[in-house]
Parts: sequence; C-alpha cells; structure tokens
Amino acid sequence: MSQTPTYDAIVVGSGAGGGIAAFILATSGLRVLMLEAGRDYDPLRETPMFQLPKDAPLRGAGTPEKPFGFYDATVDGGWQVPGEPYSVADGSEFMWWRSRMLGGRTNHWGRISLRMGEYDFKPRSRDGLGFDWPMSYEDVAPYYDRTESLIGVYGSNEGLENTPNSSPGVLQPPPKPRAYELLTRKACRRMGIPVVPAHLAIMTQTQDPDRLPGEIFPNNDLARRVTADSMRGRAACYWATPCGRGCSIRANFQSTTVLIPPALATGNLEVRTGAMVREVTVDSQGRATGVHYIDKATLLDEFAAARVVVLAASACESARILLNSTSNQFPDGLANSSGLVGKYVMDTVGAGVYSQIPALQSLPPHNEDGASAMHMYMPWWLYGEQLRGQLDFPRGYHIEFGGGRRSAPGFGAFSGLEPLTQGSYGQRFKDDCRRYYGSFMGFDGRGEMIPNEDCYCEIDPDNVDRYGIPVLKFHWKWADHELNQALHMQRTFAEIVDEMGGTLLSTVQTDGARAISKGGQIIHEVGGAIMGDDRRSSVLNQYCQSWDVPNLFVTDGAPFVSNADKNPTLSIMAIAWRASDYIVEQLGQRSIG
Amino acid sequence: MSDNTITRRGALKVIAGSAALGAAASCTPDELARSTESAHETLSGFDPLPPANPRAAGTLTDPDMLAPVVPWEMVLTDEEMRQVAALADVIIPADERSPAASAVGVPDYINEFVSAPAHKEHLTRLRGGLAWLNRTARERFGATDFPALTTAQQQEICDEICFEPDTPDALKPQARFFDGFRDWVSTGFWTTQEGMRDLGYMGNVPLPSFDGPPPEVLEQLGLAGEDLG
Repeated sequence: MSQTPTYDAIVVGSGAGGGIAAFILATSGLRVLMLEAGRDYDPLRETPMFQLPKDAPLRGAGTPEKPFGFYDATVDGGWQVPGEPYSVADGSEFMWWRSRMLGGRTNHWGRISLRMGEYDFKPRSRDGLGFDWPMSYEDVAPYYDRTESLIGVYGSNEGLENTPNSSPGVLQPPPKPRAYELLTRKACRRMGIPVVPAHLAIMTQTQDPDRLPGEIFPNNDLARRVTADSMRGRAACYWATPCGRGCSIRANFQSTTVLIPPALATGNLEVRTGAMVREVTVDSQGRATGVHYIDKATLLDEFAAARVVVLAASACESARILLNSTSNQFPDGLANSSGLVGKYVMDTVGAGVYSQIPALQSLPPHNEDGASAMHMYMPWWLYGEQLRGQLDFPRGYHIEFGGGRRSAPGFGAFSGLEPLTQGSYGQRFKDDCRRYYGSFMGFDGRGEMIPNEDCYCEIDPDNVDRYGIPVLKFHWKWADHELNQALHMQRTFAEIVDEMGGTLLSTVQTDGARAISKGGQIIHEVGGAIMGDDRRSSVLNQYCQSWDVPNLFVTDGAPFVSNADKNPTLSIMAIAWRASDYIVEQLGQRSIG
Repeated sequence: MSDNTITRRGALKVIAGSAALGAAASCTPDELARSTESAHETLSGFDPLPPANPRAAGTLTDPDMLAPVVPWEMVLTDEEMRQVAALADVIIPADERSPAASAVGVPDYINEFVSAPAHKEHLTRLRGGLAWLNRTARERFGATDFPALTTAQQQEICDEICFEPDTPDALKPQARFFDGFRDWVSTGFWTTQEGMRDLGYMGNVPLPSFDGPPPEVLEQLGLAGEDLG
C-alpha cells in the first residue's frame, strides 16, 4: 500500500484481549479501529439488575439459546450460534462458545482473576511436560499489577506457593465470608486444604481516581485523564444481583464498562459492530495491510486498512482468521510457517460434586447474596506431593464452591431431592424444602490441562458459515493427566463433604472420562497460536507478535502455551497489555507498520 | 393464564417485589419501589434502568431481559389446567406460612413449561400422567376425574407413585411423571414472592455493606470464634 492507511491499528474483537489492546493503543495516541462481530451493547442500559426468575420465561432456566439462563448477559451467543456452525471430528467431543456482542465474553464471565505464578510460566522446566513460556512471571508481574489496579480486583495476599501476591495497594479488600464458606474453611483446615479469599474482578470499594491512574500511567497524561474519569463513573458493588448478568453500575469488570468507554473518550477509537472479520490481507513484502470483514447489516464484504493488525477474536476464532488468510505467499494460512496455527488448543479441566450439608439446615434467615460470586476459594495445595511423584497427575487445580442462600431460588429449586425426602409430597414436602433450603453446596475443580497433539482445530473444507467463511473443525482428546486429575477432584470433594458431615447428591466416578467436563465446556479455550522463543516451534514471540508477519499480533487466549488452573482472562489482559506497549514502542520506532 | 405470567413486569415493580422480602414487610409495594430505587441511586449514583431495552432484537438469543415475554402459545386446555392445579395443590398445599401452589400461579408456570416448543416430550408425559390419575380416580372411587376426589383419596393414589424405588414396575412411568411434576411445582412455587418469603430469602436488595453472617447464624454453626477477615 502506498498511501497512508486511515488507522494505525485494527483490533479484531472487543473482549478482554481486544479491549485492552484498543485501550492502550488509543490512549497512546494511535488511531484505532475496533471490529466486533456482534451487536452494540451497553451494560448501563441493558443489564437486568433486579429482575427475578419468576419474571423470566421458564423461571430463567438455561436453554440452548441462553445456556446460562435467561438473564445471562450473553447476546447471540452460547455453544451454538445460529448461522455460525463448526464441526467436530469423529470420536471427539468439543463445545465452542462464542458471544456475538460488544465486549464479548467479558460481559458474562465469572470474574475470577487469579495470577499465573512462577511455576505456571515455566511448567516444562518443572516437570518436563508441555512448554515453557518465553517470558517469566517477573516479566508479566507489573502488568498484572496494572491490570488489577485498572479493572478493580478484590482479594488478599496470602503468600502461598505459586499463588503470587499483588503489589501493595493493588487489590481491593475481599468481602466478608458467608456462613457456608466459613463452615467449609473450618472443615478444610482439618484436612490441610487452604481456604482463602478469592480474587474476583468486582469492586468492594470505589477506586481512587487521584492515585491509581498516576500509578498505572506515570508518563501518559491522556491515559491518566480518561482513566480517572472512568474510575469516577464506577460504583462499588452493592451486594445484589448476579454478576453474570453484567453490571449497570460498573462495579465489576466488563470490557464494555471499563475499557471501551475510556478508550472512546480519547477520540482515537472507532468501534464498528456487526463486522465479521474473515481474512487478514498482506502486501508483496508479506506485511499485513488490513482486514476483510462482512458487514452484517448489508452482508457485503468490506475492507479496512491499517499499519498494524491485532487479532483478539478469541483463541479459536483468531486461529480461524489466520487459517482462512491464504495467499500465494502463505498457502497454509497467515503466520503459519511453523504449521502450528490451530494446534495445542487447551481448555480447563472441570469436575464437581453436589451435596447437602445438614449443619446448614434451618439457619436463621439472612442475606447471603454478597458479591454474587465466590468470596473464598481453595488454591492448589499439593505442589510438593506432585513434585515428589506422589500423585498420578502432574498439574494442579483450584476449588470453587458455592451454595447456601446465595441468590434467589430459580429454575430447578428443590429438584431431585428424592434421596433425602424418600419421595415426600404435600405438607411433608413443603417442610422438607424449608428445612433443606440453604443447605446445598456444590464443589467444582478447575484444573490445568497440558497441551497435546490431539487437541487442535483446522479449517473444515466442506462447510462455510452464513457469511461464506470456512468454519473450524475441532479435534479433542483428554490425556490421562487430565482424566486422573478429574477423579482426584471428585474424591477430594467427597472427602470435604464427608468432613462437613454432608451427603453427596451426585456420583463420584471411577472412570475419568465420566468425571471430566467436555472440551470447551469450561469456556477457557486458549492456545492455537502459541508463543515461544523460536519461530519453528511457535507462531508468536513473547510480545504476541507473529514471527512471519511483524505487524500482525494476536492478543487473546491464542498465544497461551499452557493453561494453568488460573482462569485465563486476567492473564489475557496482562499479556495483551504488555504486547500493546510493545506495539506502541515499535510503531514509534517505525520498525513495524 | 394469570396476569403475572402473560404481562411481565417492569424493573421497578420487580425491585419493589424483591424489597418486600426484606425487613420492611409493612411497606406498600409503591413505597418499597421508591425506597429500593432510591437505594440503587444513592449507593451507585446511577439512574434506574429503563423499563425496556430498545437494542434487544427480541429473538430467543437476544431477548429483552428488562421486559421479558414468553414467546410461545399456551397449549393446555381448561380441563387439563384444572387437573394440573389439583395435583399441584396435593404436592404443595396451603399452610399457615404460605398459600397453595395453585394460588400463586404454579399451573400457569407448568403450562408455560410444557407448552415450550422444546418440551414436547414433557407435554406428552404430563398428559399421560393426568390420564392415568383420572382413570384411577374413576376405577377406584367412581369419580369423574382426579380433581373430583377428596384430598385423602388423592393422597391414596399419589402414595403409590411418589417414590420410584418403592413403586411396582407397572407404575414406574407414573412414578417418573410424578417426580418430574413435583420438580415443576417446586420451581413454580418457590420462585414466587410468596415462596421466597416463606423460605426467608432476603437478598436481591441493594446494601451499603456486606457484613457476613449475623451472630445467631455463627452461633448455630459453632463458628462464633472464626475470623471474618
């Protein structure tokens, strides 16, 4: 391209990775175009903050169209999106979640914000499996601090192994524990399992607009100003309504409440919704020139040009765009000289149990909604045993638990009680429900999956979506590492329930394949464009920059080379921020674009 | 169909209803609406939400969550609704703490559930179950149908199918029907204002602080000495 493009950067996607990239680039004075495949969305005017299950169809039940229930923030999303199919190879099971809305999955996500630790960046060095990251925890730590300060994360610094502390003044105070959390902590204390304040991107107090922006952006007046203004417009949690609906008072983190508004306030960001990107274009020198996208309103193919292209469309969607960006120069897809685009897709291992705890029966009524999400959790605690080879799986998991009187009774309330009630009905059933109310608890493990050769996506040559774009085909196979871990989760949770004097209401499996979640079910898919030290064995360098195409970046979960039990969103943002700083620096030196 | 199923309420009335679960049980709904709205504004500095969402496409994947509607037609006949109400009240009868299932719209909820396009098998199971109840009422007690029986007679029939493990093989389908129906009644009942109040659910109201469990809860759990952080 001989003429100067309209934009310095195109950011594809508006969720965690795209939101951070757009925010950092725009506040650095670059002209940014953000393309989002879904519709415009404004949590301030759309979030159903106090609506009750009784006012929703089917009392708010999950449906194929709204898998997490009627009030879940997700718009035009789920494991199936109309008109946007995907294929799964014979013998594989994989579920691919998409959200077609501004802000993507950050609107409904669980807000769990755990830092990867020093082991997590160098897992191969520790146990010989998987891959090491090309950077260390120390390289990313300052970006974790900035991200947490910006978005607002509650939690505490416990100094536990591979569970990093945040710098002083970064975390907000955790909420007080609920009754069932205290009861669980007491039982787990006897078992040697730590129960500590969870880290969630929910504000328990307002942010200090006079201190934080200066700490986050010491040398950027524009970033400081728009960040301070944004912080002044955010309220602290008022302890009601589930975060998964989004938050109209901006108390929790969504890209649409925390990143996009201040980025727009710079005047440097243009957002185009309903723009489904299909291909990154390159010039004869192999440099990215822009993207083709389908305007969903007109169904016409459009082109936008920029000096830099940043893909943050979600791990598999970004891999899909790269694989669909074929040319004579790049017949196997863009940035794919390693042949690794689409490879090493990972999800999180999930397994759980459901239980009834008699001690929690017939408690005096009290409001247990709290921050709607966990106030406490259990970080992985058996690092030593694992290192000594005492466990039959190499990587850890954390435990998420909930229940009690948290959130209003909804669809399925008091279903499946027969093992407890012996089929009671009438007055006896009514009294049983009253007695058992608040005494149910669920325990869920979220564990690390090690990348393997059997889990990947590729272009399905036989199918296109409604926009004519070739779709993905997924291949999936859990290894024994994950299957054994899932069994350990269920056995451990059964022991916790037993220690609490409770009754299991679900089965503890002996076959790992029956205990474990399906691939993609936990919606933590990462990988597919892994980063590394070497262009032959990775797609990107440590700054999320393509080895092959220097002005092409991927800042979502795709660069992940491991998937620690730390829920990827916070790390996506920290790593995207680091990459964005690098983009600003490189553009300033005119070494790219 | 009762009014609360067809005509979904706006945000403010929902806020009012949820606040009714709190301590201010003597307030009128309008007073509660004003106090909760004012709590929302005071605590957050944000205006209350509008009553409907013009951005929503109104599709199943993008419904208006601020003004929900059930987009499908109800299919149960008046006769079937009468039978559903009778069985629902056998499962959750009125007592001194709360009304019976039929008094809080549970039959309408069950109609909504079995009428959903994705729930055709539930509709068939419901109709099959009702047919067996009516037939048994006629064969055993000479009654026209199940609703015509006395409560004791209805319970005598339900006792045979209320717990599948104890049910003879020939009645297993009826036991599974009863089990599923009990779940529908349970969801339909306990999600109502009356049901939540009965349970002592006190949340869904904006609070200036979250103070953890009250002393009497900690006392009952033997957690009086625990560090609350």
